[in-house]
Amino acid sequence: METLERIIGEHPFFAGLDAGFLSLMVSCASNVRFTAGTYILKEGDAANTFYLVREGKVALELLAPPHKPIIVSTISIGEILGWSWLMEPYRWKFSARAVDDVRAIALDARCLRTKCEENHDLGYEVLKRFAGIVEQRLDATRLQLLDVYAVRR
Amino acid sequence: MVTSITIDPMLPQPYLVREVSKETPDTFTLRLDPENGARDSAFRPGQFSMLWVFGVGELPISISGDPALSNRLIYTVRSVGQATHSLVNQKVGSGVGVRGPFGTGWPVEAARGRDVILVAGGIGLAPLRPVIYQVLQNRKDYGRLVILYGGRSPRDLLYRKELAKWARIPETQVLVTVDYGGIGWHGHVGVVTTLFKYSRLHPARSVAMVCGPEIMMRFVVRDLEAVGLSHDDIYLSMERNMKCAVGFCGHCQYGPHFICKDGPVFRYEQVRPLLEKYEL
Repeated sequence: METLERIIGEHPFFAGLDAGFLSLMVSCASNVRFTAGTYILKEGDAANTFYLVREGKVALELLAPPHKPIIVSTISIGEILGWSWLMEPYRWKFSARAVDDVRAIALDARCLRTKCEENHDLGYEVLKRFAGIVEQRLDATRLQLLDVYAVRR
Repeated sequence: MVTSITIDPMLPQPYLVREVSKETPDTFTLRLDPENGARDSAFRPGQFSMLWVFGVGELPISISGDPALSNRLIYTVRSVGQATHSLVNQKVGSGVGVRGPFGTGWPVEAARGRDVILVAGGIGLAPLRPVIYQVLQNRKDYGRLVILYGGRSPRDLLYRKELAKWARIPETQVLVTVDYGGIGWHGHVGVVTTLFKYSRLHPARSVAMVCGPEIMMRFVVRDLEAVGLSHDDIYLSMERNMKCAVGFCGHCQYGPHFICKDGPVFRYEQVRPLLEKYEL
């Protein structure tokens, strides 16, 4: 039986995290499952949870009425889903749909926000790690926007 | 055994179009057979030919077929202008002039005993397909084969049936992503570099071969370096306007190199300073 401590502790995102901080993280964590096709989070809703994807693939979608939603990227095994919980007004900017059956660790963001406010060392650690993810995704988005495979005439 | 060019390299040899198949809305694969039926069409993975469409012009096109089949030449061509449009619209049985093969190839022989990482973007999968054939035909001589392929959208992906077939082969990992995916697409969405984190790479024993738009290759190289690949183990296929294909005319000059003769495949270290220059 895998414990949350072990799963979270071995995840690259939490690598090198102080044992005390790690146990704070674990106290905010739970195992969750989503069947293919279900929405894990929806654009505009309160961002009070984030996820560590353990299995399956999640599509980040942007609503584009009257057209079908646009998939802006996918997130898969080992990746973090959701960072809007870090910044006010704590609302999701995208929807996230399970493409396959998804297993994940859910982290209670309200609980973690409170702990980060109480302990700024923890807050700085969390922010540094999320800044890395934001930077990687910003880089990828820039390249995606270049539309490099389009025909140049 | 690859034969050297013993005939005048400027003289197109007559070939016949035997098959034209549609890969995507604007990309087609052509099979050309020697008109006399006997000519050896051997090539090394990564080499290209100059294809002469009579009355229209000549085009440099990478060979995308199986190097073990030396009685035919396969090309995957994207129709983006008058000459390519004319080429992909050739009828079965019509004649095309072929010069070549030209250029350096991918280091497939040198990669024996190592993991092979292929990173392709868009039509860049075509020049890498001969590598895949050669590695799979000599499977025990290589470590893992990792194919990372990025396309614009699901309908722009090449060789979809083969990708699915390769993915079922042991020690072969195929990951595909698109920049724009619709609701019906169940694969990855994002640029090709986002696949690195799913690819279980072993940098110390790997050789990477990269082909796609130059800007994509720059991003890929940066990420290959980040995961620990040595500059000496990264190879890129460069593209410029090639005309004579034998280093006479200078149209494809790239710093101190001629892409047609010294390339199109270069070790990253050879072209690294040039990749950072504007308007080269």
